[in-house]
Amino acid sequence: MTSFELSPEHEAFRKVVRQFAEAEIAPHAATWDREHHFPEELVGKMGDLGLFGLPFPDEIGGGGGDFTGLCVAIEEIGRVDQSMGITLEAAVGLGINPIVAYGTPVQQQRWLPDLLAGRALAAFGLTEPDAGSDAGATRTKAFRDGDDWVIDGAKAFITNSGSSLTSVIAVTAVTGDDEISTILVPAGTPGLTVEPAYHKMGWHASDTHGLVFDGCRVPADHLLGERGRGLRQFLAVLDEGRIAIAALALGLIRACLDASVEYANRRYAFGGPIGRNQGVAFPIADMQVMAEAAHLLVYRAAAVRDAGGNITQAAAMAKLYATEAAVTATRIATQVHGGAGFIEESVVARFYRDAKILEIGEGTSEIQRLIIGRGLGLPIG
Amino acid sequence: MKIAVCVKQIPDPATPYSLDPATHFVVRPHDQVLDDTDRYGIEVGLQMAAAAGDDATVTVFSMGPSGSMQGIRQALSMGADGAVVVDDPALRGAEALLTARILAAAIARHGFDVVVTGTESTDGYSGVVPQQIAELLGVPALTFARKVEKTADGVRIERQTATGYDVVEAALPVVLSVTAGSVEPRYPSFKGIMAAKSKPVETLTASDLGVEVATAQAIQGVEPVPARQAGEVIEDDGEAHLRIIALLEQRKVV
Repeated sequence: MTSFELSPEHEAFRKVVRQFAEAEIAPHAATWDREHHFPEELVGKMGDLGLFGLPFPDEIGGGGGDFTGLCVAIEEIGRVDQSMGITLEAAVGLGINPIVAYGTPVQQQRWLPDLLAGRALAAFGLTEPDAGSDAGATRTKAFRDGDDWVIDGAKAFITNSGSSLTSVIAVTAVTGDDEISTILVPAGTPGLTVEPAYHKMGWHASDTHGLVFDGCRVPADHLLGERGRGLRQFLAVLDEGRIAIAALALGLIRACLDASVEYANRRYAFGGPIGRNQGVAFPIADMQVMAEAAHLLVYRAAAVRDAGGNITQAAAMAKLYATEAAVTATRIATQVHGGAGFIEESVVARFYRDAKILEIGEGTSEIQRLIIGRGLGLPIG
Repeated sequence: MKIAVCVKQIPDPATPYSLDPATHFVVRPHDQVLDDTDRYGIEVGLQMAAAAGDDATVTVFSMGPSGSMQGIRQALSMGADGAVVVDDPALRGAEALLTARILAAAIARHGFDVVVTGTESTDGYSGVVPQQIAELLGVPALTFARKVEKTADGVRIERQTATGYDVVEAALPVVLSVTAGSVEPRYPSFKGIMAAKSKPVETLTASDLGVEVATAQAIQGVEPVPARQAGEVIEDDGEAHLRIIALLEQRKVV
C-alpha cells in the first residue's frame, strides 16, 4: 500500500519537539509577543536540540537528518509560537542554506559551526523597500574597489538580522549590467546600519529589521557563489523555504483546531456546550480537513525534496494552500471563541495577527498562483 | 566504567489507564512510553559516562512486556548504548521483589559499576525496587539523590529528606536512585532517534537469567479512590478563626 504516513522516527521526533515546545516555549509565548521580545536564550536551546543543523549532513556538522524532519520541527514549534517557528525557518532556509549550497570551504568553516549549533543566526537580505516579489528590481549596488566590495543601498523586512546572535547577512546587490550577486556581510561591519525592529502586526517575538548600507566595505572573497548568479541562487533556495513556510502554516492550523475543539466543548451557552451547534461545529470540522489537506501537501513536497526531485510546483501548491487555510483557520478559531477570541489573553488573538504574513512572506499567494499557472502552460504575463 | 540504568515502559499517562478485572493488572498497550521519571536516571548515567571517558557505557535494563519497544527506543535515543529487556509472560504482574530479583540478575550478568534508577515508577509507585536491587547485588544504596557528584573512588550525593538533605557517599559499585530535579534531562536529537534504531536490544526471559518466578504477593481486590468530599464551609460569626484553628490542631497541621 502507498504510505501517507511519516516514518516512526519522524513521529518520535515530533513528540520530542512537541514536548520541548510545550515546556520551553508555550509558557512564555504570550509574554514575548506582548513585549516584542526576541528570546535569544531560546535560540540556544533550540540549537541544543539540534534543530538548526537538522537537515544537513554530519560531515559539515549537521544533524544528519532530512528536510522532512525540519518541517516536522517547524510545524511543532509553530503550533505554540509562530515567531519562533519563523525564526527557525528563516535561520535554516534563508540563513544557513545558501552558505551550505554556495559557500567556499573558508566561508563554511568561518560561519557554519556557530550557525548549525544555534549559537549564531544568519540572515538573507533580498527584499528592498522597492523590490519584493520583483527581486530583479534590486537597487542595492556593490562595486569593486581594490580588493573589496563596497555596498550601498537598503534592505527591508530582514528576519534574524538585528539581535546579538546575528553573525552574518547575505545581501543581494547589483554588481553590473543585468547582474545581481550575493555578498556576505559580517554583523558589525562599518557602513552597515541595522534599523530599530519593526512594529509588526504579528510575529512580535521574531527579530525583523531594515538594513542600510552606506559605503559598507567587505573583502572580495566575501562574494557568495558565482558573481552574477545571486538571484538564481536565491530562487533555488526559495522553493525549499516555501515548503517550510507551509509547515509553519500547518502548525498554525493545528493550533487553531486544538484550541477551537477545546473551547467548543468547554464553553456553555443556551444550556449546553457551544460545540453542539452546527454553526460552531461545522467550521471546526472544515478546519480538520484543512489540517489534513495541508499536511499531505507539505509532507509530499518535503518527501519529493528529500528524494531529490523538482519541487517548484509542489512547493508553490503547499505554500499557497496551507497559508491561505491558516488565515481561514485563525478567522474560524477567533469566531468560535467569540469575544474571548478578541482579547489578547486568548491564544487565538495572537494566532489571528500572526497568520496574515504567511500569505505574503517568501513568495506571496499571487506569486504562487503565477508559478502554478505557468506550470500549467498558461500564458500568464 | 559500566553504568546500568533501570527504566520502565508504562502506558502513556495522557491516556486513561484500565485494569484487567480478572487479574487487577494494568492493561498494557502495545505502544508504551518511557516513564518520565526515568529520564532523570538516564541523564545522570549519561553525564557520569561522559565524565568517565570513552570506555564508559550506559545500558538500560527493563522488565515488562516489550511491545513496540517505543519506550526503550526513547531511552536509547537520549544516548544510552544498548538495552536489556526481560520480557516473560510468566512475569506478568510481578511484584516489587520479583522485579528487583529479575533486574538485579540481568545487571549482575552484564556487570556494573553503578546502577542508576528513578525513585519509583509512575504506574506502580512501590518505591522499594532500588533498595531491593542494592541488597540483592550486595552493594550500598544511595537513594533519593537530588545532586550527584563523582568522588575519587565513588559517588557522593545529596539525599533529599523531609526537612533538607543529607550528604552521603560510598565507593563503587553502588545503586543510586535519583529524584526528578536532580538533573535537567536532555531531549533526544533527530540523530539520536535515528541511531536508536540500530542499537542493540537484548531480550531475555526469567529462565535465561536463572531466576525462579515465585511471588509471595497476590492482589486481593482493587477499590476506586473515594470521590472527593465537598469541603466544609465555616461562616464567620466572629468566632470562625477559633473553629478553624481547632480543626487544624485536630489534623495536627499546627
